[in-house]
Amino acid sequence: MKILSEEELELKFQERIDKGEIIEPKDWMPERYRKQLIRMMSQHAHSEIVGMLPEGNWITRAPSLRRKAVLLAKVQDEAGHGLYIYSGTETLGISRDQVMGDFLTGKAKYSSIFNYPTLTWADIGAIGWLVDGAAIVNQTALAKGSYGPYARAMVRICKEENFHHKQGYEILATLMKGSKEQREMAQDSINRFWWPSLMMFGPSDNNSPNSAELIKWKVKKYSNDELRQRFIDRTIPQAENIGLTVPDKDLKWDEETRHYSHGEINWVEFNNVINGRGICNKERMKARRDAHENGAWVREAANAYARKKASKTKAA
Amino acid sequence: MSASEWPLWEVFTQRRAGLPFEHAGSVHAPDKEMALQNARDVYSRRGEATCLWVVPADCIVSPTPEEAGSFFDPSNDKIYRHPNFYKTPGANFE
Ligand SMILES: [Fe+2]
Ligand SMILES: [Fe+2]
Repeated sequence: MKILSEEELELKFQERIDKGEIIEPKDWMPERYRKQLIRMMSQHAHSEIVGMLPEGNWITRAPSLRRKAVLLAKVQDEAGHGLYIYSGTETLGISRDQVMGDFLTGKAKYSSIFNYPTLTWADIGAIGWLVDGAAIVNQTALAKGSYGPYARAMVRICKEENFHHKQGYEILATLMKGSKEQREMAQDSINRFWWPSLMMFGPSDNNSPNSAELIKWKVKKYSNDELRQRFIDRTIPQAENIGLTVPDKDLKWDEETRHYSHGEINWVEFNNVINGRGICNKERMKARRDAHENGAWVREAANAYARKKASKTKAA
Repeated sequence: MSASEWPLWEVFTQRRAGLPFEHAGSVHAPDKEMALQNARDVYSRRGEATCLWVVPADCIVSPTPEEAGSFFDPSNDKIYRHPNFYKTPGANFE
């Protein structure tokens, strides 16, 4: 059998991608592909996990038992999402401990959106409707990506996101039918979460260092701007439907392109938040580190118990 | 794997009795009881499974992609294993 050179292997790999084939864990892949996927998937998984914090903030103060049960279920789903993707990331040959370590030391990033605080109950509505709404657009695209375990995790997640999206919208729709104060609370929440939600799709195409490579490998199928546009187009009519407006005076329907055009995104703010200078960055990281450290004895105890049981079965 | 990391288990779910088990993903757990519980919480929060298998990941054996070609090769040229290899003039087999 002929041993292929690195370049030949890479050519064959690209051919497989171009034919729409799906890459599985044991297949040959360029080191860059593996690295990019580990970066992207672990970042995605960390976002699911950190995403539990702003919503968890309202579980004890949910306005009714129904809302509380729903929010608990939603937050538990997000933990599940994190775990699906961690499990997928490990198929690339990196251990869970390493992935978690990179997160806790701050080496790995997570979505900028979760560094904004949840000040009112309406923010739980805004997160479900806008943040999960943006996540659906992103993840539906990722579900068609070239790496099997990642794509499969996305399919699983997308099935669950519709519930997240709709429960958020229901919260806002209910507030918009309420008192003047409640309507103002809902609007104030959209005013704060609209722009950060648009930033979730990442930098504009001409300013996104990883995009070209990820699109060549079909890890991503669409550009950040395309996905952002898709999100805006489907969200604005939903806002109008319940009387909410978005805080963008330049937003308008363009009859020619059949899309909404929008105002300039504040990328300085985006970069600040990504680089640790958002409102809640420190608080989020501290919460994660505390959870990890305070849970250490549970992990050790479970290990000790498993060892003890195993040695008993051997002795018997 | 570090000393503190729990072992990895592959999870298979059966959606309904009568259907085959399908790979769902994996979980970490110190023992088989917790592996089952974690698998339930992670992969069946909405009745996606009526039964679950958890298998220590290092117990699963499969051919490497390099071997796969020659490994499956012996069955690739036996077209007579397929029903459309046979001529059945005029008879209705629908
Ligand atoms: Fe999620
Ligand atoms: Fe979600």
